Amino acid sequence: MANVTTPIKAEARDLNFFYSNGARALKGISMPLYENKITALIGPSGCGKSTFLRCFNRMHDLYPGNKYQGQIVMHPDNTNVLDAGVDPIEVRMRISMVFQKPNPFPKSIYENVAYGLRVRGENNKRIMDDKVEEALKGAALWNEVKDRLHDLAFNLSGGQQQRLCIARALATDPEIMLFDEPTSALDPIATANIEELMVELRSKLTILVVTHNMQQAARVSDYTAYMYLGELIEYNDTDKIFTTPSRKETEDYITGKFG
Amino acid sequence: MQAPVELSISPRLAKNIRRNVKERVIEVILMLAALVAVATTFAIVGVLLYESLSFFKTVSIVEFLTGTEWTPLFEDAHYGILPLVSGTLTTSAIALAVAVPIGTISAIFLSEFASHKTREIIKPILELLVGVPTVVFGYFALFFVTPLLQALYPDLSTFNMLGAGIVMGIMIIPYIASLSEDAMRAVPMSMREGSYAMGATRFQTAIKVVTPAAISGIVAAYILAISRAVGETMVVAIAAGQQPNLTFNPLESAATITAYIVQVAMGDLPHGSVGYQSIFAAGLVLMLLTLSFNIIGHWVRKRYREAY
Repeated sequence: MANVTTPIKAEARDLNFFYSNGARALKGISMPLYENKITALIGPSGCGKSTFLRCFNRMHDLYPGNKYQGQIVMHPDNTNVLDAGVDPIEVRMRISMVFQKPNPFPKSIYENVAYGLRVRGENNKRIMDDKVEEALKGAALWNEVKDRLHDLAFNLSGGQQQRLCIARALATDPEIMLFDEPTSALDPIATANIEELMVELRSKLTILVVTHNMQQAARVSDYTAYMYLGELIEYNDTDKIFTTPSRKETEDYITGKFG
Repeated sequence: MQAPVELSISPRLAKNIRRNVKERVIEVILMLAALVAVATTFAIVGVLLYESLSFFKTVSIVEFLTGTEWTPLFEDAHYGILPLVSGTLTTSAIALAVAVPIGTISAIFLSEFASHKTREIIKPILELLVGVPTVVFGYFALFFVTPLLQALYPDLSTFNMLGAGIVMGIMIIPYIASLSEDAMRAVPMSMREGSYAMGATRFQTAIKVVTPAAISGIVAAYILAISRAVGETMVVAIAAGQQPNLTFNPLESAATITAYIVQVAMGDLPHGSVGYQSIFAAGLVLMLLTLSFNIIGHWVRKRYREAY
């Protein structure tokens, strides 16, 4: 299993989640996110992988009636981010997110990337310019947009919009980045670009990615978790999951007998 | 290879004449229904233009557009539309100054802050305001708002544009609030989530993301409100006074274009007289005024349209 010297960035401890209608979407999940590693969540539709991912930045707080139970401990703070005394906005300041469908704001390319900085009260034009450039370079989009930073973001292609969303999430130097099926709305070339990008970003931050594409999990991730019906069936090094899974259910899913 | 065979149309695949005729008839009926509105619009414009044309045979267009006195019922008649235009613009501007901020803020509250329950209570009440007859609003302005204002400015005349404008503004708040709220609620949740995920607060999300995303619908609401204010009749006829007065001072009394039209139309002016024709010329100006606001609104909407 994991190298003992790799530090843990965050870990779920016996995490349960209930939607406002009472449905229990997560059942006692415990697993770590290792620092500067990519952890992939796989499993059939409706197995709770997105629900799990959205617990990390408290996105479920946006809808009344949702309930967390258990812990997600973030390091080095050693704090349960689900605790009622934790401000979800502070959590989101440090854990950013990229969504399934590109969701740029109705603003210019520049303003999209600068959004997180503005929200944090940054107004210095020089700092902002530098950060925007750095983030766009980090998202491998700079060369394509540097001459039209003030164009509306909607004029970009789908793949470019998704990289813009990654740049937006990068600009605030997050510690953890959550990817919720980031390539499901993209063509194969744009998908390859995003995957390459995730691998590059690993040196800077910790990544948790939900994917319904097993090849993607095998290509990019260091660790993989297989979920089914709200339960964590198996968690291990990606190599082991895809070559010698220890559970029959995992093997059935990986080999395509199920799911 | 088979030898080519001459093809014929089998009766089972032939054109069904009965069905086609039926479809055609339905299509014509639907088109006629749509044409009623178009034809009415053209008829109104036609009548306005025709009667105005006879009016402009007696009164020069230059005098009409630049004259500063509007006294068609006097012995020494003057036909300068400017006093009526100033009254219309002043009352409309006051109404918008009241309705745009309050309406927009209400919309932001209802769409982004209010709980489902609160919205279900407030929205119908707000929309109830639309159902209040405008004549009631007129008397509300004259007998309630103006006395209140007179407590502040004792010199304020009984008929004044300020009171009428404020009440007209209250009257059009629901239009702006309701339409703007619809536009904001149509902004996809994924866009809000994107903003929250960046660490934005509710207020930042509402102002920096939802409002710009809904701006075309919000501007459409403003345009409708402007047209409504410019064309509003009862409130200004009752509370702003009936004396044409070239002024932009809201504390004074002044007639608007609509107030003049209703005043003359209710009197017994002989058909075909210049005074009678003058209401058509005034109506034409009113129509051009709303039309130009609509065109500006259309342009603004296109310019700032956001596609998701």
